[in-house]
Order: sequence, then structure tokens, then C-alpha cells
Amino acid sequence: MTEPKLVEYEDIESVIIRFAGDSGDGMQLTGTQFTNTSAIFGNDISTLPDYPSEIRAPAGTLAGVSGFQVNLSSADILTPGDEPRVLVAMNPAALKANLPDLQRGGVIIVNEDAFKKNNLRKAEYDTNPLEDDSLVGYRLCEVPLTSLNRVALESIEGLTSKEIDRCQNFFALGLTFWLFDRPLEISMEWLDKKFTKKPHLAKANITAMQAGYSYGHNTETFQMRYRIKAAKLNPGHYRKITGNEALAMGLVTAAQKANKPLFYGAYPITPATDILHHLVNYKNFNVRTLQVEDEIAAMGSTIGAAFGGTFAATGTSGPGLALKSEAINLAVMLELPMVIVNVQRGGPSTGLPTKTEQSDLMQAMFGRNGESPVPIIAPATPSDCFETAIEAFRFAVRSMSPVFVLTDGYLGNSSEPWLIRNPDDIPPIEVSHPTEANSDNGYLPYLRDPETMARPWAIPGTAGLEHRLGGLSKQPETGNVSYDPLDNERMNRDRVAKVAKLVDIIPDQEIIGPDEGDLLVLSWGSTYGAVRSAVQRLQGQGQTISHGHIRYLNPFPANLGDLVDRFKRVAVPEMNLGQLVFLLRGRYGFNHEFIPISKIHGRPFTIGELVEKIGALL
Amino acid sequence: MSDVIQLKAKDFVSNQTVRWCPGCGDYAILKQLQRVLPELGIAKEKIVFISGIGCSSRFPYYMNTYGMHTIHGRAPTLATGLKVTHPDLNVWVITGDGDGLSIGGNHLLHAIRRNVNINILLFNNRIYGLTKGQFSPTSPQGMQTKSSPIGAVSQPLKPLGVAIAAEATFVARTVASNVKHMGQVFKRAAAHQGVSFVEIYQNCVIFNDGAFSHATDRKTKSDNLLELEHGKPMIFGKNHDKGIRINEFEPEIVSLDDVAEEDLLVHNENSRASLAYLLSQMQYPEFPEPIGVFRAVNHPVYEKTLRKQIDDSIVQKGVGDLHALYNSGNTWTVDADGKTVADPIS
Ligand code: SF4
Repeated sequence: MTEPKLVEYEDIESVIIRFAGDSGDGMQLTGTQFTNTSAIFGNDISTLPDYPSEIRAPAGTLAGVSGFQVNLSSADILTPGDEPRVLVAMNPAALKANLPDLQRGGVIIVNEDAFKKNNLRKAEYDTNPLEDDSLVGYRLCEVPLTSLNRVALESIEGLTSKEIDRCQNFFALGLTFWLFDRPLEISMEWLDKKFTKKPHLAKANITAMQAGYSYGHNTETFQMRYRIKAAKLNPGHYRKITGNEALAMGLVTAAQKANKPLFYGAYPITPATDILHHLVNYKNFNVRTLQVEDEIAAMGSTIGAAFGGTFAATGTSGPGLALKSEAINLAVMLELPMVIVNVQRGGPSTGLPTKTEQSDLMQAMFGRNGESPVPIIAPATPSDCFETAIEAFRFAVRSMSPVFVLTDGYLGNSSEPWLIRNPDDIPPIEVSHPTEANSDNGYLPYLRDPETMARPWAIPGTAGLEHRLGGLSKQPETGNVSYDPLDNERMNRDRVAKVAKLVDIIPDQEIIGPDEGDLLVLSWGSTYGAVRSAVQRLQGQGQTISHGHIRYLNPFPANLGDLVDRFKRVAVPEMNLGQLVFLLRGRYGFNHEFIPISKIHGRPFTIGELVEKIGALL
Repeated sequence: MSDVIQLKAKDFVSNQTVRWCPGCGDYAILKQLQRVLPELGIAKEKIVFISGIGCSSRFPYYMNTYGMHTIHGRAPTLATGLKVTHPDLNVWVITGDGDGLSIGGNHLLHAIRRNVNINILLFNNRIYGLTKGQFSPTSPQGMQTKSSPIGAVSQPLKPLGVAIAAEATFVARTVASNVKHMGQVFKRAAAHQGVSFVEIYQNCVIFNDGAFSHATDRKTKSDNLLELEHGKPMIFGKNHDKGIRINEFEPEIVSLDDVAEEDLLVHNENSRASLAYLLSQMQYPEFPEPIGVFRAVNHPVYEKTLRKQIDDSIVQKGVGDLHALYNSGNTWTVDADGKTVADPIS
């Protein structure tokens, strides 16, 4: 028996941990498991996966480093955090790639077995960082993880040496669990369930995890453990949710709330594909997913389904949206309701497929030929993707128009606790399909509702309402092909007016802080957490500053112009080079001073950099 | 059956003026389809015509059914989306050689290989008509057009060969001027469960007049066409005196004076795709061009399989319940004192 060692507990409010390794090391899984347990433990959480676009870049190289960051807190948090305090690095490349982000004085846990000549060379280290003084100023914990893990698993029968080494991440997870005083049971349960058919793998991973935990418990390397109290979350029932998952659930919910089947046409594209992965499991909700030959077909099939009266949606990312443009314009002309999700990523062209950006706002607004108004809504947080999907369908049905939902790679892949909604509290979405002619001259497919300007949605199968829709210019009301100049202008204006009329159901823009003054910060989409936190920090320092986060980008809320007028300057942080600024200037004139705060690193804003940049304006 | 639907050709005529050039082959196709549809016994409101862009794609405007005139080459994608959500509809895709085989080639291939239960009619006039006379993917090599004044350089596609390569379960060819034959082919196409692909030789009087005169000229057509009949030996010619025989894996023309009927190739619609493909390669002037049904086989229909997956999933998991969906996976409860308790994994 080893003597129980003396361990001190440090109580901390929050901690940011980053797990990093080769893309084959299972770091996303390790991070996710740690997050699940912490969430259930009652911490507020926010996560940010960061993975390369290569599935398996050469092992050990900087290009192949995959990371997962989680922010745990006993207080309400809005972002995955700025600088990690703990870094778990499975190899030299992971250390090198992530060290610049680590807090001074932070904890580094490394797999010292991986710091061999070959790996050091691949990570472009001239000398071994564990041996020179480059890590002075950090708390370095060297763990011979590979060999310890092998010893721990040697008695389990039927494991190949490759399978043994693949359990290393669970050794690291077990050690991290010990360090943060977390139970192993939740991950154990998960492993048992995942490997029901391969119990020896469940056993191997569990044993590795327990060995990691015991290692922390027994060795002198670790003299300190951390305790983060549970957060004061509002009472209720919670789960962890990513933006893509929330979006998929929102789409299903919308269809259910309208008593409709859901159709989802898609072509695989990072980072939107997970929406499809989730929806294929919801077939018992009468969800019809169609993985088609290309992005164009995804859009075309979505329009076809919408013509049939189904709740139809498609999801993609920037380059895919470019391919869909022509068909979106057809949807604009046919005036059929549907939802188009764009999980934005770094561009242009193939750009940064696995990284985040907000640079498709202009594409959504203007990326089609002709006058082509399409409503745009942008969720602010992962769980908000759920509400947005439902709202997008409400907008679509009301305006008989395709509607854009602009999320991004960060929202799509990040997770946070979600106070689970009661579906019974979500109001139904009213849809009506005419069954009788709407005029003395029979059914007029483009006879507009004076209140919404929307046309009726008669669907095939309805006797007597047979009609033809098409992409050619039309006569008002009848929808017959017409090249008459006045008909053309009238229909163009009607479509614009119809989208603008959504303002009738869009709530006024809210702001925090004084409702007039010197500086207003306006943001949209996934930057919400970082911008709100930065503004609150500045307010906490006694600065006078206000913040509004825009959800409705087309049309803007009715009071937005007024709000802008009441401030001398408007700062606009965006993960692009000023696209919202461009829209605001275009809409509210050049007399205002709009100050873009831009970042296109493929990564979200940190709170710190926003405090600095916004603070410099005060 | 008590409620047999009694419709007439004129019920399918829309109130729009037909705007094709006088003498265009499209007129005959429109008329024949309007004549055939009442015979199918399908309610008018269950029929949908979907087209892309091109002269032929104006078709839906002239049919008094549901319809969509969409964008270039994409009609099969809209038809697929509609059909998988409404399997009860009778969906026709109208396309042309440019629309279907050039800009829409990819969609055509995939609609065919999925075996969605739709009918695709490809009006082949071997020219771009609506843009006023450029060579198309089916224009013969060397053909002089506005965009190929000294002759088209590329080799043409054979529409049926393409469809068969994509494993089309129903493949047929007909000639717009032969309305009776065309009517029979349409009926067979409509009856087929799965994708039906029909190539129609359609004359563009303005930009490619006479492209199919070998198949339409009364004096020569029986020597230049081979009418396929299931289970029958392949005999053609004005005097029924010529036949097709296989020699070393290649078709050859033989005279019935020298060769017995039993030695001729017998048509079999249900054979593997290789026979249909071989037939699709037979071209004037080397061979008579086959018309009729090349292939008709039964394969699982896409939307039915999809529907079955949904039904099976409902049997396995029960009808979807949002409460259960939201509460799946790891959940936890925060009580009024802020204490967190993990729930059992559901
Ligand atoms: S251009 Fe040719 S195909 Fe087009 S309508 Fe005229 S004749 Fe028919």
C-alpha cells in the first residue's frame, strides 16, 4: 500500500482546459467526455473544437494537431474562453501548436513518451522543450503516458498493441478527471454502451481511465487538485447541445408543430454535415433526408418538396451556398417557403473548411442575379440554433419565401448546457393550403394576402387548383408568363415588400446599457458571447457603453435606425472585413461613424481582445 | 371500380397560347400526351409536369395540370424532392438534349440510378433551339452550327446509352412524327414502376430541320428503323426481309433470304443492361435505329424504400416524440437549491 499523499485542493471559479493531440488521438472525444461529466456535475460549460481539415494529416506534425477547448465555470459563461489554463498535450506538435495560447503559469500535462527525436523533428523542435528552459514559468507535469497505459492494459486479453495505444486518450482523461475531482462513472457508462458488442474494448478504455485516475492519486507529480463549484444554473432539466444538433432538433420541431413531414436535402460539406447526421436518426418523426449528387440538387429537391407542401430545408456552407444560388433564386420567384441553413466557414473558395467565419452575410443578402430579397436570421448561441430553426420556418410560411439561417462553424460545433424546452410550450405553426379557387377566375397562384403580401400555397393533389409556376417574369395574380415591363417591376417590388413586411413580427432591437450616448456596439451571430462578455467587463470597469446583438439581418428590426441615431459612434465586431457595417451604412446613411472591428483568423473573438479593441475607443 | 375518372384530351389543355415555332416537333408530343393522359385513369390534380430550360421546357405551361418550369438542367432534382415527399403523384420531367445531357447531365444520371418513380421525356433535336442554333451534346461530329461554323469537334452522346449506363430500369425511344408509336411508349412509360427514360426524336424546323429524316421519311423509314417487340426476332425493312444477328458480340444486318428467323437476335426487355446497351449503339446509317422499349425491369423504387425505412423506424422506436428527443442522451437536473443531479442515461 502506498501512503496516501498530501494533496491540496484549490477552489477556483472557472477553468479553461485544452486537450490537444494528433487528429488520430481521439482528443475531440476526450474533450467531449470531460465536458459531459462536468456539465452533469453542474458546471456551466462552453466548448470549442478546433480540428484540421485533413482527416489524418501525417502523424506528429503541426498540421495534424487537433484540439478541444472547454470552459468550465461556477458562474454564467458565454464563450469557450480566451486563454486555457490547463493544456493536455499528447505529443510535441500539440504542445508547440497550443503553447502560445496558454496562460502564463498555466499547467501543462505532456505525454513524455512522445517527446522522442522523431516526433520532435516532425514538430520542428530543435531541442527537446522538456529539457531546455522554454517551459519555465509553466507548471509542467511530465507523464510517461504511453508506457503507463501499456502496463495498465497488459493483463487484458485479446487486445492488439494498436488497440492498447488507442486507449491513451482515456488514460489522459482519467488523469484529468482526478485533477478536477470528477467522477468516472458517466464516462464508464458511456463506454459500456458504446462498446456493447466489443466488451473487451469497453474494459480496456475503462481500465486506462482508472489507471490515469490512480496515477494522479498516487504519484508525487501532482500535489494540487482543483475544485470548481457547481454553477448556479436556473432550476430545470438540462442537456448539453451543439449548434448543429440544436438546429436539427429545431427543424424537426418546426415540422411537427405544423403537422408536416420534414424534408432535408443535402450534400456533405464541412461544417454543416452534422445536421444531416442528426436528422437521419429522426426518421420516426417522418423526416425524409435525401443525400443528393451535389449542392444544386440539394436545393432543387428542397424546392420540389416545398412545392408539394412539405416543410423543406437544406443545409450547407459558403461554397455550397454559391452553387445553390441559382436555385435559391428560383425559390424566390416561385415564392415557396423553405429554410436554407448556412453554417459559415472560412472563405473565399475552399478557404478554411473546418474553421469559423461570418463572411457570407453579403452572399446571403446579395449573392444572386436580379433583385432577390431573402429574409436572414442569425442565432447567437449553440442552443439558440434551436429557436432560430423554428422561427425561420415561421418566417418562411408567413412570407412564402426561402429564409436563410446563418450560423457558423463555431456555433455548429460548440456546445453549451441547454435548459431543455417543453415542446408543448412551443406554439404551433399555422399553415393553410387553399382547397378552393380564390377568385371568380379560378385559382390565382399569385393573388397576395394584403397583410403579409404572401401568395397562397396550393399543393399538387388539390382538385381544381392546378397551376404552373416558373422562373420567368410573371403577371401579378395569375402568375402567367409576362414580359410586360410594368408587370415585371410590380412583381419585383411586391417580393421586396413582402420580405420587408416581416418587420411586423420582428421584435424591436434590445440593447444593454444606456439607450443613447457615445458608443454603441452592434454585433450579430456567433460573436454574441464574446462581445456581450467584453461589454459587460467594460461596464464593470465603469465605462459607459451599450450593446445590441442583432438577430434579424433582413429585414432589420424597425427601431434599429432610431437606435443607431441615438449614438455618436457604432462599433461593429465581426468575423469578416465589415459586412454588417456595409449593410448598416447602406441602410442608415453615411452620416454615422461605423467602426468595423474585424477578425478573420478562422477562430472566434476572445473576450480579452474585444475588451482591448472596444476599450481603445472609449 | 365505381369512380373511374373520365377525362378528355381537352381537359389537359391549359389556357396559355402555345408559342413554339410553326411546324416544331414539340406540338405533336404535346398533343399526344394530352391524348394519352386521360387513358391512364389518373386524376388531373395528381399529375405534375416539371421542366428545365429550353424550347421543350415550356411544356408545363401548356398542360392543365400542376407544373413547374424551373432552371436549366435541374428539373430531375425538383421532381425527386416532390416525389419522395408525395409518392402518390404522377410526375413527368420534360427535358431536352442540352438541358438533360449537358448542363443537367449529373442530375439526369443520379435521378436514373436512384430509380425514382418518375417519367423523363428527353426531346432530342440535336441542337440548341432557344439560344438560336448552337451544337448540342447530341449533335453529330462535324455538324455546322452557329457555334461550330466549320463543324462540331466533339463526339455526340447517345442519350439511351447514357441512361442504360446509369442502370435505367425503363428505357425507350420513339419518334415525334409517329404519334401512334409515341402514344404506346408513353403508356408503357407511365405504367412502369421506377424511372422511365424516353428519348423522342423531335425535329427542330428552324435550326436543324431534317435531323431525323431517315427516321421520318415515309419512303425510307422502315429500312432505317427497327421496331422492337418483346420476345420477337429483330426484323426490319419495307419488305420485312432483313434482320439483326449477333456475330462475335457485334450486331450485323443479315438478309432473311440467307438466314433463318431462329438465328436472329430476339428482343428481351428484361435482359441485363448489355442487350439494351448494344441496341442503343446501333445508329443510322450503319444500322437501323431501334425504337420502342429497350429495357423494362423491376428494381426497388427509391421513394418506396425510403418510406419503408420511415415505417420500420416508427415500428422500432415508436412515433417520434419531441419530449423523448429533447431528453435523449446525458441529461441532468438542477433543483431549486441549485443542486445538480445526473439523470440516468436514456
Ligand atoms: S427553335 Fe426549333 S425546337 Fe425550338 S420551338 Fe422552334 S422549331 Fe421547336
